[in-house]
Amino acid sequence: MKRSDVLLAALGLVFVWQIAAMLIQRPILPAPWVVMTVFFQEMGENLVIHFGVSLWRVSAGMFLSVLAAAPAGLAIGGSKTWNRILSPVIYLLYPIPKVVLVPIVFLFLGIGDTAKIAIIFLILFFQIVVLVRDQAAGIPPQLLQSLRSLGAGRRALFRFVYLPASLPAILTALRQSIGTAVAVLYVTELFATKYGLGYYIYYQGSTLFNYPAMYAGVVAMSLLGLGMYFAVDWLERKLCRWKFVS
Amino acid sequence: MIRLSSITFGYSHASPLFQNFNWEIERGETWAILGSSGCGKTTLLYLLAGLRAANAGQIFVDGESLTRPRPRTGLILQDYGLLPWATVRENAELGLRVRGFYGPDGKHTPKDFQTENRVPYWLERLGLAEVADKFPSQISGGQRQRTAITRTLAVSPDLLLMDEPFSSLDAITREDLQNLTLSLCEEQRLTLVIVTHAIEEAASLGRKILLLGDTPNRQARVFENPNAGVEGHRNSREYRELCELLWREMRNETE
Repeated sequence: MKRSDVLLAALGLVFVWQIAAMLIQRPILPAPWVVMTVFFQEMGENLVIHFGVSLWRVSAGMFLSVLAAAPAGLAIGGSKTWNRILSPVIYLLYPIPKVVLVPIVFLFLGIGDTAKIAIIFLILFFQIVVLVRDQAAGIPPQLLQSLRSLGAGRRALFRFVYLPASLPAILTALRQSIGTAVAVLYVTELFATKYGLGYYIYYQGSTLFNYPAMYAGVVAMSLLGLGMYFAVDWLERKLCRWKFVS
Repeated sequence: MIRLSSITFGYSHASPLFQNFNWEIERGETWAILGSSGCGKTTLLYLLAGLRAANAGQIFVDGESLTRPRPRTGLILQDYGLLPWATVRENAELGLRVRGFYGPDGKHTPKDFQTENRVPYWLERLGLAEVADKFPSQISGGQRQRTAITRTLAVSPDLLLMDEPFSSLDAITREDLQNLTLSLCEEQRLTLVIVTHAIEEAASLGRKILLLGDTPNRQARVFENPNAGVEGHRNSREYRELCELLWREMRNETE
C-alpha cells in the first residue's frame, strides 16, 4: 500500500462526508471544515486533555497485556504440558466478548482508571496469548533441533528462537485488536468519569447538543485508533524487517 | 571416535528401529548412511547428535558416554534450520552467539572455546559475502545450505552430521556442495556422517556406507568405498558396480 494512495482515500472519505452534509443539511451532520475548525479550537483547550487520558488508558492496557500475555503465550506454546492444561481454558474464555465484563470489572475494581485499563488488558491479553501460543507451537522442529545441536538449552532457545518468533504475533494481535480496544474504551468512558474521549463525545452530544464538538471528539477518537494502528505498523517494519523483503 | 554399543531404540507405540545395534566410526572417516524411508537413518543421526536417547545401550564419543548434544558436533538438516528473521550473517553467527550466551561452561560450550569470530572468513570462503545482509527468503536453496554449513564451521566442529542436506537442490548445485563438503572435511579433518536415501549420493560421498534396511536393524551392514571423493570416482567402473550392488541390496530389503 502506497502512502499517497492512503492519503487519496482519506481525501475521498472527507469528500463523501462533505457531500452527505450538503445533502442532509441538518445540525446533526456538520460539514467537515466546520468540524475541523472546532477540532483545532477544542484541541487548544479541553479536548487535548481528554485525548491524553484516553491515550494513557489504552497504552497502559496495551503495555500490560503484552507484558503478561507474551510470556504466557510462549510458555503455553513452548510446552506440551502447559498447552494441554491451559488451552481448553483459553478455548472457553477467548470467545467471550470482553465488553460484557465491563460491569463486573467495575464492581471489582471501582470506577477509576484501573477498571478501564483492566478491560483493555482483558481484550488484548487473550488475542496476544492465542497468537503467540500458535506461533510458538508452530516453530518447525528442525529449527529447534539445529539450535539445540549448536548447544542451545532452554534459555538460549527462548532468547534466540521463541522470543524473536513471537514478535510478529504480538504485533499482529495488537493490530487486530486495537479497533476493539478503542471501541470498548469508549464504552467504559461513558461511566463515572469526567475525562476521556468517550466522556467528551457523549457529553458534547447528549448534554450540550454541541454537534460540531461531538464530531471533533469522534475525529479525535478515530485519530487515536488510527495513530496506534500506524504505530504498530511502524514497529513491525522496524522490528520485523524480514517480513517485508521480497 | 564414536562407538554404538548394543543400542536399542524405538519410538513409543512403534516397533523398535534398532535392536542390539553396534557400530563404530573412526576419526576422520566419511560415512554415508543409506536406506529407504522409515528405516531409521535420521533417527540414527539424531542419536549420534545426542538429540535422542537410546532405550538401551550406550553411545560413546571419544570414550565418553553421550547424554546430550555435544558442543563439537555440527548438525545440518535438509530444511536448513535457518532463522527466517535473521540475515545470512546473523544466522552464520548463531552458534557463536549461543556459545557467548552461556560462556565456556563445558556443557553448552567447549571449555577451551575461542571467541575469535571466524564467520567473515567462512562467509567469504563459501561465497556468501555478497548476500551476507540478505534474509534466507531472499537467497537460493544452495546459498541457504551454504549458510547452514558456515554456521556449523564457525563453531569449529570435529564431527559433522548431515541429514539429507542436498536433496532439495538441483543437480549441479548438489554436486558442487557435495564436493565442497568433502574438501572441507579433508581440510578441517572433520569426521562426516551423512544421511541420504540416494544411492548415488552415498556412493559419491561415503568412503564407508552403512546400509539400513528392514527394522529392527540388528547388524551394521557396511560397504567399503575407499575412492569416494577422488577425482573421476563418479565415472569409474567401481562406482557403478557399487551403485548396482547397493541398488540390489535395497531392492531385496523391500521385497
